[in-house]
Amino acid sequence: MYRGQLIEAMQEILGPEGVIHRREELRTYECDGLMNYRVIPDLVVLPESAEQVQQIVQTCYDEGIPFVARGSGTGLSGGALPVESGVLIVLTRLRRILEVDIPNGRVVVEPGVINIWVSQEVADEGYYYAPDPASQIVSSIGGNLAENSGGVHCLKYGFTTNHVMGAEVVLPDGSVVHIGGGKAPDAPGYELLGAFVGSEGTLGIATKITLRILRKPEAVRTLLAAFKDTEEAGGAVSGIIGGGIVPAAIEMMDSLTIEAVEKQVSPGFPEAGALLIVELDGPEAEVDNQFEHVIKVCEENDASEIRVAEDDEERALFWKGRKAAFGAMGSISNDYYVQDGVVPRTELGAVLKKIADLSEEYGLRVANVFHAGDGNLHPLVLFDNDAPGEAEKAEELAGEIVFVCLEHGGSLTGEHGIGRDKMKYMPQMFTTDDMDVMQLLRCAFDPHRICNPGKIFPTPRLCGERPGPFHMHPVQKAGLAENF
Amino acid sequence: MQTQNIPTEELQGIVGEEHVRESSAEDAVDGVRPSIVVEPGTIEETGEVMKLASREGLAVSPRGGGTKIGLGNPPRQVDLILSTARMDGIIEHVPGDQIVRVQAGLKLQDLQESLAESDQMLGVDPPEEGATIGGIVAANSSGPRRLRYGTVRDLIIGIKVVLADGTVAKAGGKVVKNVAGYDLSKLFTGSLGTLGVIAEANFRLHPIRETARTVFLEVDDHEKIADVTQELTHSSFSQFVLDALEIRWEGDRGVIAALFEGIEPAVEAQSSVATEVLRSHGETSVLGEEDGEEFWESFARRPWDAGDVGLKIGAPPSDLTAVLASVLGAAERAGVEARLSGHAGTGVTFAGLSGGEDGLVEVVEEVREIRIRRSGSVVVQEAPLTVKERLDAWGAGGDYLGLTRRVKEKFDPGYTMNPGRFLGGI
Repeated sequence: MYRGQLIEAMQEILGPEGVIHRREELRTYECDGLMNYRVIPDLVVLPESAEQVQQIVQTCYDEGIPFVARGSGTGLSGGALPVESGVLIVLTRLRRILEVDIPNGRVVVEPGVINIWVSQEVADEGYYYAPDPASQIVSSIGGNLAENSGGVHCLKYGFTTNHVMGAEVVLPDGSVVHIGGGKAPDAPGYELLGAFVGSEGTLGIATKITLRILRKPEAVRTLLAAFKDTEEAGGAVSGIIGGGIVPAAIEMMDSLTIEAVEKQVSPGFPEAGALLIVELDGPEAEVDNQFEHVIKVCEENDASEIRVAEDDEERALFWKGRKAAFGAMGSISNDYYVQDGVVPRTELGAVLKKIADLSEEYGLRVANVFHAGDGNLHPLVLFDNDAPGEAEKAEELAGEIVFVCLEHGGSLTGEHGIGRDKMKYMPQMFTTDDMDVMQLLRCAFDPHRICNPGKIFPTPRLCGERPGPFHMHPVQKAGLAENF
Repeated sequence: MQTQNIPTEELQGIVGEEHVRESSAEDAVDGVRPSIVVEPGTIEETGEVMKLASREGLAVSPRGGGTKIGLGNPPRQVDLILSTARMDGIIEHVPGDQIVRVQAGLKLQDLQESLAESDQMLGVDPPEEGATIGGIVAANSSGPRRLRYGTVRDLIIGIKVVLADGTVAKAGGKVVKNVAGYDLSKLFTGSLGTLGVIAEANFRLHPIRETARTVFLEVDDHEKIADVTQELTHSSFSQFVLDALEIRWEGDRGVIAALFEGIEPAVEAQSSVATEVLRSHGETSVLGEEDGEEFWESFARRPWDAGDVGLKIGAPPSDLTAVLASVLGAAERAGVEARLSGHAGTGVTFAGLSGGEDGLVEVVEEVREIRIRRSGSVVVQEAPLTVKERLDAWGAGGDYLGLTRRVKEKFDPGYTMNPGRFLGGI
């Protein structure tokens, strides 16, 4: 099919307003939140219904045209990077909240619905949607699902995958399936939903998503504690969690981050080598009791200052400072590279030391802001794009940092995803066999590899291939089953 | 069925002579007796055994504690039972990270005892005694506390599997937060050994809670049960957090029980609010930690005995009244005795049925028909072979059946693993 014919076919499905094909307009979609990879897609389509998504995918399948789904485009690993000669399916017009079912604690939404809208929709009933990535005021539920987004409160409440209960999915061959029980638990069969959530848009497109909502906690208490350095702050983190408390959030910022945040949003943070924000929520009696324990642990770890949020306003100020951290780097550096790695919590101290050494070795500043409770680091490598070679150096340093995470038993990514950005690192964490077996799943969902190709796996497998020796089963020999 | 040629000596060469034995009658899976039982001691040996089995066209059934060996449809063929009994170690437990890595053959009870020394636990509590970690993952077993901790899928963070062709592969890792690669840990959860052998699993752990309180209410009208459980879950003043919310119905009386765990002042505050809610419905009792433990031991048991039909019904929690009514109504019409229990907070109901075979089949078909219309499910978890021959254990499956089959055929193209036991004849 020529490009002109494809445009016509898509216009037939979507009308002329639903198809973007002029080059200057296509440029808007050349990258997602990770801006160092750019590809101009052949075509951008803007469906308004699940049926249209199905028809688009069907057309792509019939014609062998690759496609990429995109929500709000805030992803940080290039997961929604378009493919050349491919179609970019933008889901921002599928933004209806279809159903609110309080008795069963469920909300059914379309993929373009913005994360925060879900909580806003059910707030009056005393409920909220727990996963809260920093991007929650702009990122879409469909994108959250694809990336299995985390957030500051996932230490206690889990990730997107723990809150998506069902999905209507358009598979890469255009067929539609409903996976996960939705409102009913434990659907028979494989846990396809668990495999689908976090598959970075490579297994199909979710067109209806059933989310779990939770009752708002009775009490929320938040404090800010200042320490001499990240090591002492880390000691407090271990002490809190070792004491059997599961806080709603524990976030750490180092001095460089504090400096940047102060310049940008002036939350009035104390001067310190490291800051912790600790939040507890739950029943009043429990929170009160455990909050005292948290304060005690901070004191034992020589906190120079402990500030308890007196009201919602002060709490919001603490969080404003934390959530502004990435953006605030602009106030102390021309450019920065956001890294996302995970280490076991007990390795935090050793890893931070190695990051400091690397920073010195490369002559580049690294700011650390992270979800300390679950060991999810977000080192920000500061550099100047105008200085020759510095951008490459920064990327190399960021790469070294994830290798350190792996050496200490951690992971390449805690919430941003592998996408296009970290494909090259996958063999450092997984063997060829590991990745081949993962791709068996890909082959079951997308045998022609047209759904978001060129992401996650550095070496794509042809789906006819099979790793390892293959022997025909007698059932096959007898002609009772086919080879697949 | 054609008898397979069993390469006993080669198997002995892999795992050692003493770890290969002829099967006995107890090794049968729903009446299908295997030829041989093999107990590999390592993941490498497991890989070699699988390679050999695939080469010889042997059907393999992995087995842990054997507590769920009757789950699913009768297998089309079983030649070799692959027992994980010797792979029963804790590989790594880091209390500070609240994670554990274990081998599949480890018994849950042994794991919990070991973790308790560090005041930690794995948040799964299936009622079957002697269940192994591998079996719990494969069968996706759960218990009352799933209301708080979720099910295996919510707690598993990494896995190592051996495929039918002997390939050893891992996914996930030992950190709780991790989105690198596909989440095969979840895919293998509930796969009933049909995708490969689960050899190792990693989990996030939780602190053991300081104390517990159980509050329960007796009722004599099954229609009242759902009102009470909904009120407990949603009432505007019930701001407490429930660890479990369970029900039982037997004869003409029922019990609703709520469990609160945590630190003393919180448990005290929450359980007294709950007591107040329950008192408005009838006589309410409160149990402390020790009495509560005894209470839950019997209360959490499945409502069936050997020889009965046991159903697991999945429905939206707000449909509880309809679920109870449909089972009790169908049972009465068919002259079958029905007992019920369930996780009211999450929408899982168990039904134990005893009576004549025709009546049993009738009840299952009727209840299943209603549930499937409402996007739920009815799984036969236990039944005499003669009943199983007349019913599919899983039901028809939804529009995802084709995809399910494609997944199976990618991971196990030769149908070596547990053929026939799973959904859709997989």
